[in-house]
Amino acid sequence: MSMEEFHEIFFEEADELIEAMESELLEMVFDTDNPDRINNVFRAAHSIKGGSATFGFSEIAETTHVMETLMNCVRDGEIKVTRDLIDLLLSSVDCVKDMLGSAKAGQPADADRAGETKTSLEAFLQAASGDAGDTVTGTAEGADPEPGPQAAAPEQPAAAEPVTQPADTGALPVALREYVIDFHPALELFKTGNDPLHILRALRDLGELEVEVDADSLPALEAFEPDNLYLSWKLRLQTESDPDVVLEAFDWVEDVCSIDLHEIEHRDTVSDPEPETVAQAPVEAAAESAAGAEPAAPESVARAPARSERRATPTEPTSIRVGIDKIDMLINLVGELVITQSMLGEMGENIETCDLEKLREGFLQLERHTRELQENVMKIRMVPISNVFNRMPRMVHDLTAKLGKKLDLVMRGEHTELDKTVMERIGDPLVHLVRNAVDHGIETPDVRLAAGKPERGTLELCAYHANGDVVIEIHDDGAGINRDRVLEKARAKGLVAPEHTLSDQEIHQLIFHPGFSTAEAVSDVSGRGVGMDVVKQNILELGGHVDIASEAGRGSTFTIRLPLTLAIVDGQLLRVGGQVYIIPLVSILESIQLQEANLRSIADRSQLYRIRGEYVPVVALTELFNIPVPDTGRTRDQLLVLVESGQGKIGLLVDDLLAQQQVVIKSLESNYRPVAGVSGATILGDGRVALILDIPGLLRMARRQGEFDTAGTLRVSGPRAA
Amino acid sequence: MSAQSSQQTSVPEELVARGDGVAVRVDGAASQYLTFMLDGEEYGVEILGVQEIKGWEKCTEIPNTPDYVMGVINLRGAVIPVIDLRRRFGMTPREFGKLTVVIVVRMETPDGNKTMGFVVDAVSDVYNIDHDQVRPAPELDASVETRFVKGLATVDDKMIILLDLDHIVTEY
Repeated sequence: MSMEEFHEIFFEEADELIEAMESELLEMVFDTDNPDRINNVFRAAHSIKGGSATFGFSEIAETTHVMETLMNCVRDGEIKVTRDLIDLLLSSVDCVKDMLGSAKAGQPADADRAGETKTSLEAFLQAASGDAGDTVTGTAEGADPEPGPQAAAPEQPAAAEPVTQPADTGALPVALREYVIDFHPALELFKTGNDPLHILRALRDLGELEVEVDADSLPALEAFEPDNLYLSWKLRLQTESDPDVVLEAFDWVEDVCSIDLHEIEHRDTVSDPEPETVAQAPVEAAAESAAGAEPAAPESVARAPARSERRATPTEPTSIRVGIDKIDMLINLVGELVITQSMLGEMGENIETCDLEKLREGFLQLERHTRELQENVMKIRMVPISNVFNRMPRMVHDLTAKLGKKLDLVMRGEHTELDKTVMERIGDPLVHLVRNAVDHGIETPDVRLAAGKPERGTLELCAYHANGDVVIEIHDDGAGINRDRVLEKARAKGLVAPEHTLSDQEIHQLIFHPGFSTAEAVSDVSGRGVGMDVVKQNILELGGHVDIASEAGRGSTFTIRLPLTLAIVDGQLLRVGGQVYIIPLVSILESIQLQEANLRSIADRSQLYRIRGEYVPVVALTELFNIPVPDTGRTRDQLLVLVESGQGKIGLLVDDLLAQQQVVIKSLESNYRPVAGVSGATILGDGRVALILDIPGLLRMARRQGEFDTAGTLRVSGPRAA
Repeated sequence: MSAQSSQQTSVPEELVARGDGVAVRVDGAASQYLTFMLDGEEYGVEILGVQEIKGWEKCTEIPNTPDYVMGVINLRGAVIPVIDLRRRFGMTPREFGKLTVVIVVRMETPDGNKTMGFVVDAVSDVYNIDHDQVRPAPELDASVETRFVKGLATVDDKMIILLDLDHIVTEY
């Protein structure tokens, strides 16, 4: 494992701990004296402190240290849990989160902010606790990576351990002892059949080992004897073992070296901010160079590599945690597959006609196992939606405080799983919808009381699986969408023709229209961040869609449907000029037999198709893709596939519709490059590759072609005539 | 000129077995080249980049791409592009026959590792070629643009044109 990987693990775990801390703190608002919650916050702070100190993020370590001290007082009952305390801790959590963010990006932490946070935490501690002076001095050892004496926490959280002590047994010692060992082996140590590397490894197994190599006595190259050992070491070992145990490591070499071991009494006041950055790798390096291979061993091998290995590329860690049950399941399935395969193989050795039935059965089994295996492999990418949901309580907490509203947030189905990529991309839209609901939906307490509703509003977040989709509902019991006002606004903006009457659903969809700022539409509180049009755009890009149900005075419900995964799509296979293409089923509105009479041409090439009083631009895929067509009555038996993306509708002329099937999406980019109008490829049942069409991309291509050919005539039909 | 022809037998299998080419031993001063025929000339590419050699199969065409991009094929679940080297070098295209093969090459590009197939007339041989045997390509009006040519080498009185795959791969 490289240092970078340790970093990544630390950051991942720290993020989880931060999240845990935040949610516990929010729960604490209602559940003030639950010792479990207090303990959890304490432990999370402690773990982050330990990890960050190990990696030299001293600001984070110091801040979390004070948080830990504060929580310790809370745990001992010296400080009461109050709203002030929770708010203070929450803002400290934010500060730590930001510091972690900058550490991740390889930037220095905002020292001023860290200092401020620390000061306010200390001030709180001082004010609240009787013997504050005593406790606060503890911060001086904030940089101390080892848990101080007070950290004899009942259960050590295992989370941070693998990071800090890669080679350790994992059991954190209650009382650590530290030894300094001067290890001067004799020149002929190698000749006695010993290797100092073994000794160093043995010591490392006892605890934290810091190695410094002394290469001063290396001779000049011409005098260098490869069999001689010219190096000596100065070792610092932290362990719970007795000196006798430590010395045991040297048993074999006692008579060919001088060993000077002495114990350091106590190490409360440590000046070195990162004594533990020396991971196991340098130990190897130091010892390896001692093995005589390289006469010019660098002086301080032990220290250099660990620090210099900053993250080369600031890529987000893209690892995923997989439950052991899922992996066991896969192992089982692969086992089954192997059994089936060997059964079939055996049958193939000497096949007779009477075996046909068995053979068929075998293939059925094979098919079943393969499918199950595929499903289960897909499940590895699945993560619970709680990852996104957990962001909500904090936001709602802050938002209600700011807006003076009272609100209960109810979350259900947090364990509903969906693809990691889908989840990462649905986070922001969901946050926006929730914020909107709190901001615009829920009324202030007095308005609610006046309307005969309970003072506290309810916001319900609910996720579940239905028909192979993930459904997320956001329901509030607020004012609902004011349909008249929305309509009025839309008419004023010219989005809806005055004579048009719209259904409720259509009116509700208007708020997703790009030209329809939410702030102006339903409330005077200014909208922040992305607009509703971006929300819809994001959801459509994921292959999902969003519906709104709303009743004035009773509340609104936003229902988002998302595909379970982006790796598989339900596709419609179609044939165009001898090639097979695939259109994602979600973007197909309908497919119709082309009626020549409804086809109108504008200036030679651009064509519109009239369907139910609406004109839709029509393009031939053969033209967009420059596929050669045999010249035989082009439009005669052609089919028109109406597709929709966020930007509008378009009709695609195709030769034939083939089967509908689920296809696994493969990237074209990974070995080639992006291709306009094509979002990816897939492999069909016969092993051939088929391209998956990118509907928004096709729309853009068609527009460009239209504009190019007819200089604007197509624009009439460009934006949807709603 | 003391390059010796080697491993005359069963070139394709040999290479497939080597997979990523990791196992191929190369002396410091020499490289192994896989050579192939293209319009009567023998061309060579460094063998370390060659992943495998497979028979020609029909490709799925990609819309709006240069004519030398034949399309994409399914290589054990990966979708890789196939490039017709004849067309790429501006030679007269030829009907694909029994000997037509696709040399699958893995290259490091600025966008990461990419695997691609190159259609050639036939695979020829594998040679050890010392670096100091390689002569720079003269600026002639050869059918192959000089930026694709790493150099020329002579083996058994034959001239071999050594290609720089990086260029061909990045400039598809």
